[in-house]
Parts: sequence; structure tokens; C-alpha cells
Amino acid sequence: MYQFTVEPLLGQDWNIAGYNIAFTNSALWMTITAVVLFVFMLGGMKRELVPGRWQMMVETFTGFIDDMLDANIGKEGRKYVPYIFSLFMFILFANLLGLLPVGLIGVHPFTFTSHFTVTGVFAIMSFAIVLIVGFWKHGLHFFSLFVPAGTPLPMVFVIAPIEFVSFLFRPFSLALRLFVAMMAGHILLKVLSGFVINGWNAGAGYGVLVGVPSFVLMIGISALEILVAGIQAYVFALLSSLYINDAEHLH
Amino acid sequence: MPQIDQMFEIWSSQLFWLLITFGFVFFVIGRGMVPKVMDTVGMRDKQIADDLAAAQAARDAADEAEEAWRQRENANREAAQDLVNKAKAKAQKSTDTKLAKVQAAIDTQLEEAEARIEASRKEAGAEIEAVATEAAQDIAKRLAGVKATKAAAKSAVKEAMSRV
Repeated sequence: MYQFTVEPLLGQDWNIAGYNIAFTNSALWMTITAVVLFVFMLGGMKRELVPGRWQMMVETFTGFIDDMLDANIGKEGRKYVPYIFSLFMFILFANLLGLLPVGLIGVHPFTFTSHFTVTGVFAIMSFAIVLIVGFWKHGLHFFSLFVPAGTPLPMVFVIAPIEFVSFLFRPFSLALRLFVAMMAGHILLKVLSGFVINGWNAGAGYGVLVGVPSFVLMIGISALEILVAGIQAYVFALLSSLYINDAEHLH
Repeated sequence: MPQIDQMFEIWSSQLFWLLITFGFVFFVIGRGMVPKVMDTVGMRDKQIADDLAAAQAARDAADEAEEAWRQRENANREAAQDLVNKAKAKAQKSTDTKLAKVQAAIDTQLEEAEARIEASRKEAGAEIEAVATEAAQDIAKRLAGVKATKAAAKSAVKEAMSRV
């Protein structure tokens, strides 16, 4: 569990209105993620007519988000590209950087997306956009979101509260999904590496019997974790865009 | 679980630094760089579409030119064919006239010759008649001692000759 511990690195007594804002290892990895993402995007700024590999990669990502929003929201989706792209890339890079084996050179990697204090903020941002866009565009008519089209009148009184509750659960499911997926993967790797170390410590027999299979499993799960890092970032961006679609078009 | 144990001491720091870093990502990368990247892609797509349209236009123009050339070629060929036909007809006509002329000349010559032959024959016939009349008179005088008149002999000869 140590890998999830947040430790202040600088300014332990920095405060704003009584709230502590120390620069922690979590903040350090957020900064690293932002810088790496910035450097990655610089490759896309060459603006050449015939793109190189790097520029092509950047354009693939922007095109991917653009296509996703176009498919889910339509042509109004274009104005959300900056937000969804930032969200997707920031989460993706954070997930991937957290998987880097920098422990080998004595640095503790930290995955800030495995903290619900972080994923919660992302979820609240997406949810706030949904609420603001919804009420801005449709006013009080936005509440008709809770009554699916074609519902018989008697059913409205049953369905509306259910829809309302499920609507309110969206930010929680959004935040918890990412937090749990990232944390579970890291804990799984941690447990398996514990098997490897403790197995070999208990003797060569245990090492071969428990340590080797665990190590093989770790290799596979590491590959799976890279996949999960991409999928969770994608799911977060996809669900955010679907919720925004609800706000844009109701039903 | 440090996420829960530390929640109350770290949430403000997490929120603060996340807003700063994500704010940087959103405003600098999302709002600043992404539209430019997408512009580049859009420009490239437009360029490709324009090039394709230009190629299509050039191809259409080439097709049109070929069609025009083909029509001109067909017209030329038709004109040439026409000319050949006219020349053929003219040659045929002139041949026909010449032939007709020659034929006519031959015909006149033939008629003249026939007339000449006919005249000769008549002349010969008359001479034979005269000779025959004299011979008949002579024969009648010598054999029968009858002096036949020239007219009677002549009519008898005529009758005999018409029977031949």
C-alpha cells in the first residue's frame, strides 16, 4: 500500500485559506504527466503537409477524439474536443507513466489516477459540464431527461425517481471506476511480486513452485495493465461524451 | 488504504495541484494546440480533396477533348468518304458519257455499213434480175422459139426469185 501514500515533497506548510497545498509526490507526477503530454503534443505542432511519424501519432489521437465526439454527440461535439481530449490524454498518460518500472532506478512511481480525490475531481468536472450545458441549453426542460420518451403517464412517477438516482450516480461511478481499476491493477502486481520475493526467501522449492509462475503471471498482467490504462482513459472520455450528449440532445 | 486514511489531509493539495496541472493541459494543450493540430489535418484533407477535384476536372477535360477529337475525326472521315464517292460518281458519269458517245458512233457506222450493204445487195439483185431477164428471154427464144417480151420475162423472173 506504500505506493499509494501521498507524501509532501515541498512546502509542507503552504496554505490557502487554511487549506494545505503542499507539493506532494502526487503533484509531482501530475506535473510530469502534463510536461510529458506537452512534449508529446509539440511533435504535432510541426504542421507539415506530409506528416512524420510523431506528427501522425498526435493527429491520430486528436482524430480519434474528434471521431468519438462526432459519433456520440454530432457536429455540436466539436466544441468539446479540447476538454475531452485533455481529459483522455491526461488520464492515459498518468496511467501509463504510473506503470513505468522506474522503481528499478530507485524512484517511486505514483499513479495519481488511483486516488479518488483526483478521479473525483475529474468526475465532478464532467458532471458540472453536463449540468451547466443542460440547464443552459434547455432550462428547466432539462428535467425531462428523467422521463424517457414514450413512457406511459402512470409509469412516470416510478421511472423518474429511478432515472434521477441513476443520473446522480454518474459522477460516482465515473470516479470510482477509474480509481478502482487503477488501484486493483497495481495491488495485483504488488501481491504477485510479493509472492515472488517471499517464495524465493522461503527456499528454492517455493521459489520454483510459487515464484516462477507468479513472475510469468506478472508479465502477462503487466501487458493487461497497459491495456487497462488505455481502456479506462477511453471509458472515462467515452462516458463523459455520452453524458454531454444527454445534456446537448436530452433523449 | 492511504486513499482513505490520508483523505482529509491531502484532498486540498490534490485538488489544488490537479486544477493547476489539468488547467495547464486544458488551456495550453486542449485549447491551444489541439485546434492547430486539427486545422493541419483539415488543411491536408482539403488539399487532398482539392487535388482530387483538380485531377477529376483534368480527366473530364481530357475526355471532352477526346470526344471532340473523335467527332471531328468522324466528320473528316465522312467528308473524305463523300469526296471519294463524288469522284467515283463523276468518273462513272464521264465513262458513261464517253461510252455512250462511242457507242453512238459505232451505231452510226454500223447503220451506214448496213445501208451500204443493203444498197449493194439491191444493186446486185437488180443486176441479177436484168441478167436473168435477158437470160430468160434468150432461153425462151432458143428453146421454144417464143419471143418473150421483156416485161413478161421480168415478171416471171421476179416471181421465180421471190420463190427462192
